[in-house]
Amino acid sequence: MWTNTRDYRITMKKGSKLFNSISSILLLMVVLLAWYLISAFEVFPAYAFPSPASVFEAFKEELTEGRLINDIIASLWRVGIGFVLSTILAVPIGLWLGSHLNARQALVPMFNFFRFLSPLAWIPFAILWFHIGDKPAIFLIFMATFFPMVLATMVAVAGIPSIYFRVARDYNYKGIDLLTNVTFPAVLPQIITALRVSYGIAWVVIVAAEMVGCQDGLGYGIWEARNGLRLDSATCYMIVIGSLGMGIDRLMAQLTKLPGVRWGYER
Amino acid sequence: MSDKSSTKLVLGNVSHSYGTVDVLHNFNLKVTPGEIVVLVGPSGCGKTTILNLLSGYIQPSSGSIIREGAIRTVYQQDGLFPWLTVSENTGMGIRNVKDPVQRDREIKELLELVHLENFGDHYPHQLSGGMRQRAELARVLAGDSDILLMDEPFSALDYQARLNMREELIRVLQKRPRTVVFVTHDIEEAAQLADRVLVLSKRPATVCYELNIDASHPRRVGDDKVVAAMRRILKELGL
Repeated sequence: MWTNTRDYRITMKKGSKLFNSISSILLLMVVLLAWYLISAFEVFPAYAFPSPASVFEAFKEELTEGRLINDIIASLWRVGIGFVLSTILAVPIGLWLGSHLNARQALVPMFNFFRFLSPLAWIPFAILWFHIGDKPAIFLIFMATFFPMVLATMVAVAGIPSIYFRVARDYNYKGIDLLTNVTFPAVLPQIITALRVSYGIAWVVIVAAEMVGCQDGLGYGIWEARNGLRLDSATCYMIVIGSLGMGIDRLMAQLTKLPGVRWGYER
Repeated sequence: MSDKSSTKLVLGNVSHSYGTVDVLHNFNLKVTPGEIVVLVGPSGCGKTTILNLLSGYIQPSSGSIIREGAIRTVYQQDGLFPWLTVSENTGMGIRNVKDPVQRDREIKELLELVHLENFGDHYPHQLSGGMRQRAELARVLAGDSDILLMDEPFSALDYQARLNMREELIRVLQKRPRTVVFVTHDIEEAAQLADRVLVLSKRPATVCYELNIDASHPRRVGDDKVVAAMRRILKELGL
């Protein structure tokens, strides 16, 4: 009886998953159709509202001329470096702040201040300090992701149930052993969530950063398209940015399936 | 493994207060090696404070504490590290054993002892409450622990699981003897498990009655001596 109920539930789950994918595909078709109809009936002038066909043409053009691939690589590289740098620094600092109340009280106001400062406000400084190229963009990605990641890690550490530290004490976990074998795994699920959120911010910021400080990249691509009044090309870039962002988030979501962190999402 | 008869656990004239609230006043307790001492008393009387003092988690305001032997605590619930498997949790106390073969053998033996041999690779959130407490039991027994402090370890379980766990605890202790200080609010549990029951008064806690139960283990809930002990404890608690 029990097994039957279970099997039934599994079938339901599989069924609803299939239903979900079908409904999102259907919704996409509806959006595409609406897009087609609006442009076909020329609700907006053609130069201000590119048709699906012209965007597809632009996509082919960008692809064959190699600009698109080059811009994708440039953007991914900048986000990657900025994001990795910020993670390497933010997570240990967050772990440390989370377990030191005095340091927390001293530094949190400043970190909060910077967190609320839009990273785009740093653009003039970024260009003056780092000129043009990869560096200002990397700097902006860093500024956009570092502070939220420190704060998220810190809050997670401060919220670790005290029982884990009591158990750790019973079993002689101290110093670096305590940090790597108790504190870090205890907050890893929340760190993964923070990584995903910060990555989202990074991906939004890179487009804006590349519009001013770069000669390539997806943001620069949109800027170029705007300058040439090529909204078909701009739309093609927008679709690439959205899809890439979503795809990488899907990849990062795989981290939540690691056996040692499942507990953080199933409780 | 250390010599279990050399363990010592003594509280001498220990007082403790949280702010202006006196929880313990000149409290004395001497635990004999190998015995199961059960502390019962009204809630908030300071039972957990006594355990915290025994484990060294808190320091007394005054008085002396003698502790000889490795002490481990079984908590009410969720004491297992959720990011480690049952095997890894069990191996925490012997993680410094160099020989991995010996370590794995010990873990395997312990898991067999608590009937979790098929769940070594499971994570705590995949187990029932009773299984988690059995895993805790395996963990505190690993290596050369001498004294087990148990802070209402079965109180989060349903009645049937609680009965099973009492049986398990006695069976496991017969194979791997330890000195046990057990805190509970469950009179039946106290009568079934204890060699000695200390009935505590309201705050500041004093031992208002000491009951030795000289019935052999394992005991059943309906045994005459268990029932008699329960009556006596209830009477002393004024219930």
